[in-house]
Amino acid sequence: MENLGLIFAPLFSYKLLIVLFFGTIFGLILGVLPGLGPTTGGALILPFTMTLDPLSAIVLLTAIYCAGTYGGAITAILINTPGTPAAAATCLDGYPLAQKGEAGRALGMATVSSVIGGIASVVVLIFFAPLLANLAYEFGQPEYFALAIFGLTMLASIGEGSPIKNLIAGAFGILISTVGKDFMTSIDRFTFGINELTEGIGFIPVVVGLFAISEMLTQSTLINQIFNRVALKAVKLPSIDDYKKTWKTIIRSSGIGSFIGVLPAEGGTVASLIGYAEAKRWSKKSEDFGKGSIEGIAGAEAANNAATGGAMVPTLALGIPGSATTAVILTGLIIHGVRPGPDLFREQPEFLYGIFGSMLIANILFFVLGFFGAKIFARITLIPNKLLWPMIFAVSVCGTYSLNQSIIDVWLMLLFGVIGFFMRRYGFSVVPVIIGLILGELVEGTLRQSLVIFDGNWLMFLQRPIALTFFVLSLIALSFPLLKRKKKNDKV
Amino acid sequence: MNNVHNEKGTNKSLSLFFKSSFIVSAVIIVLSSILLYFTFTFDIVPPILNRGIQPATFPKALLILIIGLTLLIYFISLKKPWKIEKKLPNSFYITLLSFVVFITVSKFLDFFLGIALLSIIVSYFWGERRVTYLIIVSIIFPLIVFIFFETILGLRFPPGIITNLYYG
Repeated sequence: MENLGLIFAPLFSYKLLIVLFFGTIFGLILGVLPGLGPTTGGALILPFTMTLDPLSAIVLLTAIYCAGTYGGAITAILINTPGTPAAAATCLDGYPLAQKGEAGRALGMATVSSVIGGIASVVVLIFFAPLLANLAYEFGQPEYFALAIFGLTMLASIGEGSPIKNLIAGAFGILISTVGKDFMTSIDRFTFGINELTEGIGFIPVVVGLFAISEMLTQSTLINQIFNRVALKAVKLPSIDDYKKTWKTIIRSSGIGSFIGVLPAEGGTVASLIGYAEAKRWSKKSEDFGKGSIEGIAGAEAANNAATGGAMVPTLALGIPGSATTAVILTGLIIHGVRPGPDLFREQPEFLYGIFGSMLIANILFFVLGFFGAKIFARITLIPNKLLWPMIFAVSVCGTYSLNQSIIDVWLMLLFGVIGFFMRRYGFSVVPVIIGLILGELVEGTLRQSLVIFDGNWLMFLQRPIALTFFVLSLIALSFPLLKRKKKNDKV
Repeated sequence: MNNVHNEKGTNKSLSLFFKSSFIVSAVIIVLSSILLYFTFTFDIVPPILNRGIQPATFPKALLILIIGLTLLIYFISLKKPWKIEKKLPNSFYITLLSFVVFITVSKFLDFFLGIALLSIIVSYFWGERRVTYLIIVSIIFPLIVFIFFETILGLRFPPGIITNLYYG
């Protein structure tokens, strides 16, 4: 806690403030454009971060994350299409309220609740991440293996869609991580004689393919779709009456979002759905939900932004991403030679607290920019897809090529784009693939090292209390969807 | 997803419900089986160098898990069928075809030309007919991106008929 003062360090660095400013603007633009978002945007901007120092690079990515998550609400409220998946629940009440001529009020509430949720989650991050990092000192290889398994099972149980499909997608992600030379024995696996594959499949071609290119293919099926746009005069700060109606919802959703964010899953998306559902459950006017309830907007927006700080907790403390966007941030850390985990807290506190401080400032910045600039950002959605997506393709191709200057990476990006399109079409989420890919090396490496320690005796895992706890939690996580389904069937 | 049929009115084509789940499951299982076959071709490490398990064991376990889970979703789909997806429009196939054009042109002619051709195909077939905008999207914007990457990141793009002119 003696490092808390370091949080304010970014305020005194003009370079970081400039990076934060542009990161926030870029994040808002990405959030506003349906189909893009902080994950794709972060992946596309990763090559550019190589021109920055590590702290500025991560600050840029986290500013994009915070502002991009909020930016989705602008599109959700004005054109009934979530700019990001995390803003899907915001459409439910945001658009009906905008149709009643209260778009400014809806956006004002979305902005305020997003900022409160975001700041609350950074506070959680500041206090919880060091505690988790301290706990991680107790972890050996078996504990990390069990933790990674727990992360993957959580992804299956609380992610969107079918838990079994999520598990398949997660296993597919881990399988991708096995391509290339085996890091322990240098034996080629799935390289098919292609030299470029011996280094393995990079993160960027997979993430850009699964998010940007698959979205381009999805947009190609929707070219005749017509959006009904609601006019926006100005964003209005919520009235005293609105605050009275929503303060409990905002606090509750901030807590829900921060908690969900910590768990490895589709952070903001799941958090906003739960935040919205809980807001409805506790509301005295639940019948207004879906018809333009101000509480519905507050519940969804506070929760999805609260997930941003929460998702950074395991990312920084354990090196395990809490969401797809934090997987991109984790890759950014690794590219810049920063290894997340407990040692980072001990050895580079100024780096970490710089990130914490920057996230706080990013939340305040998107409040100001969102409040005064929502009308301008909303105009970005006027760029027609027939012009926008070819441009995104050009950036995606050059960005993917740039990291390794490998044309194979570009082919892989296109391949994963096609795979991602069909996965989404048939109800498989692509997020578990990303998390699986990131966790793959950790899962296999810790498993094999543990077996060396245990002399091949698998049962020894059960003699490690922390590992055993994670395995039990994994079983609970796996059985949770079954119990939920049974409960639902019993009700029927 | 937006392009999902309303479930009402699809009962007459009930057999199609089984079709997509069957095809998807079959594709996953066939591809996984092929990859599983390849795991048997991986080199085997002598016991002295073997760290815990053989290099092929982990991918084998993953592939068996994927096959097992896929069978499970297929059997579940027999009870609870998947939603039918709308037929894919021509614009999807044209976009997919533009990827093939991009790969072919960038491999055999020029990387930049590949991007320009894809951009013009996608933009035109998605409905853009204004020549000025087609030029902006297919030539001016890729050129800006190209120069930006080349100068800021010091990137060297693969050689080709246009790229060679730029590099002299």
